[in-house]
Amino acid sequence: MSKEIDLIIKKYKPGRREELIPLLQEIQDDNGHLSEEAIVKVGNFVGLSTTKIYGLATFYDQFKFIPSGKVSIKICNGTSCFLNGSKGVLDTFRDETGLSSGQTSRDGIFSYEIVTCMGGCNNGPVISINGEYTTHVKPEQIPDLIKKLRFVIEND
Amino acid sequence: MEDLKKFLTDKVLLSESDTLSSEADKVLSKIRREKSDNAVIFISSGTSSIIAGSEKTASAVQLYVDEKVPGTEIVRVGCTGPLSYEPLLCIQLLGKNKLFFRNITEEKVEPLLNGLFHNDINKDDLAGQQGTKGFEMWPGIPFLEDMPFFARQKRVVLNNCGCYDPESIEEFIARGGYRAFVKAIRHYTYEDVCNIIENSGLRGRSGGGYLTGLKWKQALNTTSSSRYLVCNAKESDPGAYTDRTILESDPHRLVEGIAIASYAIGASSAIVFFRRGSSHALNRLQKAIDSAREFGLLGHNILSSGYNLDIIIRKEPGAFVCGEETALISSLEGKRGMPQLKPPYPTTAGLLGKPTVINNVETLMNIPLIMQNGPEWFRNMGTEKSPGTKVFAIAGKGRLSGVVEVEMGTTIKSIVEDIADGIKDSKELKAVQLGGASGSFITSETMDIPVDYDVMKEKGIAMGAGGFIIIDENTCIVDIVRYYMEFIRNESCGKCIPCREGTGRMLEILDSVIRKPVSEDSGTTLERFKGVMQLETIAAVMKDTSLCGLGQTAPNPFMSALENFREEFEEHIFDRKCRANVCRGLRTFSIDVDKCTGCTACASKCPVNAIYGTRLQPFFIVEEKCTGCGICYDICKFSAIKVK
Repeated sequence: MSKEIDLIIKKYKPGRREELIPLLQEIQDDNGHLSEEAIVKVGNFVGLSTTKIYGLATFYDQFKFIPSGKVSIKICNGTSCFLNGSKGVLDTFRDETGLSSGQTSRDGIFSYEIVTCMGGCNNGPVISINGEYTTHVKPEQIPDLIKKLRFVIEND
Repeated sequence: MEDLKKFLTDKVLLSESDTLSSEADKVLSKIRREKSDNAVIFISSGTSSIIAGSEKTASAVQLYVDEKVPGTEIVRVGCTGPLSYEPLLCIQLLGKNKLFFRNITEEKVEPLLNGLFHNDINKDDLAGQQGTKGFEMWPGIPFLEDMPFFARQKRVVLNNCGCYDPESIEEFIARGGYRAFVKAIRHYTYEDVCNIIENSGLRGRSGGGYLTGLKWKQALNTTSSSRYLVCNAKESDPGAYTDRTILESDPHRLVEGIAIASYAIGASSAIVFFRRGSSHALNRLQKAIDSAREFGLLGHNILSSGYNLDIIIRKEPGAFVCGEETALISSLEGKRGMPQLKPPYPTTAGLLGKPTVINNVETLMNIPLIMQNGPEWFRNMGTEKSPGTKVFAIAGKGRLSGVVEVEMGTTIKSIVEDIADGIKDSKELKAVQLGGASGSFITSETMDIPVDYDVMKEKGIAMGAGGFIIIDENTCIVDIVRYYMEFIRNESCGKCIPCREGTGRMLEILDSVIRKPVSEDSGTTLERFKGVMQLETIAAVMKDTSLCGLGQTAPNPFMSALENFREEFEEHIFDRKCRANVCRGLRTFSIDVDKCTGCTACASKCPVNAIYGTRLQPFFIVEEKCTGCGICYDICKFSAIKVK
C-alpha cells in the first residue's frame, strides 16, 4: 500500500502546490480513497501540514476518506432526471439503505453518490451501478434492485 | 501512416494557396469517406448514446457486417443532436445520400440491415436522408434538413458533430481543420489575431457576454513574461451537457481553438479545466491533444514558426463554485476553490500571479471558424450586438431533446415549438428555464424574447451557458425552486456569510412550505408564515452582498418564480395545496372502493406499510402513516388510487 503511494509521489516534483490536487486525484484513482497515511505522506512531500491537506481535500466532493464499497451506485439528480422523478428514486433509496450521498454501507457492499447529470437526459432517471447504466428507473424498482445486488455479492 | 502524415502536413497544412491541388483534394475526399468503395455505417457514440444502448447496437452491427457484408466500414461518430433519437444509426450506401435511422436498439439491427441491403427500407425507424453534394438522392424519403428540428437551427459550431470520427485527426484535417491555426502562427502577429476576433464581435458564451477579443487584448497588453490560457470545460450546471457533447463529437476543433487563443495572447501553456465524471469526453480530448502533438501542431517550435505551446488537462475535483473565474484559479493553484475579490482581474493577475485568460468551450469552438471565414462572415449571423450562434442543451419535457444551435435573435418560442416540437404528451407549457441553478424562468407570455445578450439582460434574464429546460404543467414550481436552492446550498463554498447562511435559510423556509402539516393549531403554522415573509428580504440581501456570482445569482430562480407564479406559491403556503401534485408532504391518497379489486399490488410495494386490506376486497390507506411517496398511485393498474 505505502509502496504504491510512494511510487505515485515520485512522479511529481516536490514543493509544488499547484500539483497537489492532481497528486491526490491520482492516489485516489489508484486506491479508491485517501487514507490517513496518504494524506500524511502527501503533506510531507508538498511541505504543508496534514491539516491543510485534509482541509483542501474535504472541500472538494471528489475526495473520499473511507474505502468504497463493492458496488458503487450513482444516482443522477440533474435537472432533467429531477423533472422525470429522480426525487422519488432518491428518497426510496435512502429509505431502503439508510445511506446518504458519499457514504459507504457498514457491510461494505454499497457506496452511494448523488451526481448531477451523467448525460442520459432523455432517459432519466438514470442509475449507474459499477458503470452500467439503468434508465427510466422507477422508485418501486429500487427495493428489488438492492435485494438482488446484495444477494449477488453475498453469494459471490 | 507516416506518408499520410507527411502529405497532410506538407500539402495541406503548409499549402500557401487557399485552394488545394486536385490530387490533394482526391486524397482528402477519400479520407472524408466521400469516395468510399464500400458502404459505411456511422454509429453515434457519445455518453448519451451509450446510456441509450449504442454500444450494444454497435456490437450487433459488427456481428452482422462480419457475417453478411464484409468490407463495410463501421465508424463511431459523435452526437448528431437529437437525443431522443439515440441510438442513432446512419448508413451511407455506395454513392447515395446518408440515411438516418432512429432508436436502433440491438434487436432492430438485423432486420434493418437485412432490409436495407436488399433495397427494402424500414420506414418506421427512418428519420430521413441527408442531402450531400455529389451523392444520389433517395426518392420519396424526406430530407433531415427539412425537419423543423434541423431547419430552424444554424449549425456552425456543431457542423462537424456526428459527421466524422472524433478520434481521427487525419479526418479533421481533411475537413479543413488546423489550417486556421497554421495560417495564424505563420502569417499573423498576436495583435492581428486579437483584432480579427474583436472585429467579429464574438462575446464570451459562458453567460456574461464579455467581448472575447477585448479580454485577450487586456492580457496581451500586460508586460508579463508568461501568460496562461485556461479553457473552462467545467460545465457544472446540473442540466447542461453542451460542452460534453462538443468534446465527445469534435474535440479537435476545441484543441485548435485553444491553440489559436493561446497564440493570440502569447501564452505558451494552456490548461483545460475538465468536468469530473465525463471520462468518455476526457479520453477523446486527451487523444486529440496527443495526436496534435504527434503531428507537430503542439510542442516546441510548432511547424518551424518559433511558437511553443503545450496543452494539459486538469480534472476538476468537484466543486460547483469553481466555475467562477477566481475560484477556478485558486483550485488550479492547489488551494480551496474559493472566489477572490476582483479587481485585480485574472487578465492582469491570474494563475500564479500571471495574466490568465479564461474562455469556455463554446467560445473557443468559434475561434477557428472566425479565423477561417473572416470576421465579416461571423458578423452576418445573429443580431448586431450579439453576432453568431448559441448552443443550447434542450432537456426536460420537450417532445425532442438534444443539443441544438440557433442563430442569435431566434426567439425562445421558436426553439420550444419548432425545434423541440412542443411538449411531450400534449401537456401545457409552464415555463422555460435558462441558466441552470442561477437562472430565471421564462413563461409563455414572455416567450417572444429573442436570444440576445443585451435584450435578455434588459429583461433581467440570464442567458446562462447552455441549459435550456422545458417545464410542463406537471412540474411544481416551488419544488423546482427548492431543488435549485438545495443544489446551491450544497455547493456554496462558505467563504462569505450572505451566501453560506442565506442559501441554508432559504432552503429551510422552502422546505417548511412543502412539508406535511403536523397539525395546523401548533406553532408551526406561525413559524412558517414568519419564514415566508422573510424569503424576499433574504433574497435581496444575498443579491446585494454576496462575494461572487454564485451567491449573487442564487436567489434568481426563486425571485423569478415568485414574480411569474406568485399564486402557486400562495396556494402552497395558504391552502396547503400543490396543483401539480408533486409535493409529497401536501398530497393525500385514498382508494376508490368501487375500482379497487384487492390485487394487493399497492400494499406489497408501500414502503411504510400504510395500506391495509383483505385480498380481493377493497383496500384502504392509513392517512397518518402515509408519506405521500406516490408509489401506490404509479403502480395501480385500475386507477383506483385517488390523489387529493
